[in-house]
Amino acid sequence: MPVLEVQNLSKSFGDTQVLRGIDFSLDESESIAIIGSSGSGKTTLLRCLNFLTTPDEGRIAVSGETLFDAADPATRAESQIRRKRLHFGLVFQSFNLFPQYTALQNVMLASELLAKEREDYKTRKKEIQAEIRAGAEELLARVGLREKMELYPHQLSGGQCQRVAIARALALRPDILCFDEPTSALDPELTGEVLKVIRGLADEKMTMIIVTHEMAFARDVADRVLFMDEGVIVEQGPAREVIENPREARTKQFLSRYAEN
Amino acid sequence: MFQTVVQALSLGFLKTLELFALTLIGAIPLGLVISFGSMSRVGPLRYFTKAVIWVVRGTPLMLQLLIIYYFPGLGLKNNIWGSGESGRFVASVAAFIFNYACYFSEIYRSGIEGVPVGQREAGEVLGMTKSQIFFKITLLQMVKRIVPPMSNEIITLVKDTSLSRIIALQEIIWAGQAFAKTNGLVWPLFFTGIYYLIFSGVLTLLLGKLEKSLAYFRA
Repeated sequence: MPVLEVQNLSKSFGDTQVLRGIDFSLDESESIAIIGSSGSGKTTLLRCLNFLTTPDEGRIAVSGETLFDAADPATRAESQIRRKRLHFGLVFQSFNLFPQYTALQNVMLASELLAKEREDYKTRKKEIQAEIRAGAEELLARVGLREKMELYPHQLSGGQCQRVAIARALALRPDILCFDEPTSALDPELTGEVLKVIRGLADEKMTMIIVTHEMAFARDVADRVLFMDEGVIVEQGPAREVIENPREARTKQFLSRYAEN
Repeated sequence: MFQTVVQALSLGFLKTLELFALTLIGAIPLGLVISFGSMSRVGPLRYFTKAVIWVVRGTPLMLQLLIIYYFPGLGLKNNIWGSGESGRFVASVAAFIFNYACYFSEIYRSGIEGVPVGQREAGEVLGMTKSQIFFKITLLQMVKRIVPPMSNEIITLVKDTSLSRIIALQEIIWAGQAFAKTNGLVWPLFFTGIYYLIFSGVLTLLLGKLEKSLAYFRA
């Protein structure tokens, strides 16, 4: 059974239809890259999965549980959305780190707030906090920032910020980690360190959806590639195949622009 | 004579300080309420609030003091403020709170709207509740943004309190002028400037400290 199933997802903003019936599924430990030009609906798709945007039509299910179904209003209950969101993690293009917290605090904050809702929080407070801290330190070490934990976001480079953001998203152990153009806001010389971290996650079999403009990266790291254009998935298949031998004319046209560079 | 003057002026300045403090205590929270009104999704409430802010910011505070103090008695034949110094004081406090709350509300609004939407979204995808997002993420960033413009308004308020002279509130300017009228002494009126200078100097230092204490991050 796939870990994620998306069926007939559609979304319009006013007269503009951004998503037109998106269908795809994702297996456990699989990573897919979504490519396509700006305005093709890639970001909106990720936002729908993370409940930042409500689709007009369609269904989203994780591990067989329906999280959203446009036809079933009960799945839209505000009270349930928080819990449902935790199936997903999202790494933003612009990092969105909290500026008033250190790197470590950024990674710990959400876990600490969630821990307060645990029944045993009061009796095991110290223990739980120590666990959260140890977990966050380990995550930061994993993204290569052990020495930078106590620094604030403005003291870090863009690449370091994005690595903190990845650690922050991992802290809640999402089933599926989404990346929204994680290197697009970075200077070219800083993209490598972020891509290396994502590659590491792929090697550890993290289930991921990566929206990216880095074609070589998509080809080498993702298991599968989806090409989107004007709100539909035009082509999908094994990463190397789609990027090196696209079948659809629109995919060829899109990729040829990258080949020229 | 100098001692008599200082004594009288200090008494007047105490009134000035009371007016200053009560205005802040009232206007800081009321401004937040007004700012929520001006950002409301309910159209009529938003337009009404914006119209009120326009009127209050678009007319002189001195005029507002006169209207608030005299209108109930002259227009409605019901002087809700009562007579005497206490009535003038309460009317002054009411006028100042209302006026400053409108200015503060615009500062708050810019502060809240200035926090990037990505901050809220980052909190949401991490499973935080709306109130956690406001208190743990937005609030401090907003406070940092509004401290400089609020400091400006607060320093202005110190001097604006003298406008209450128009309804004969016995604050420090009134106390200074009294010497000119009764003893023919002009210098006490100008001497009041020293009080304002010292007090605004102290405030500038305190507000500067507050600003510095938030300098550890960039929002």
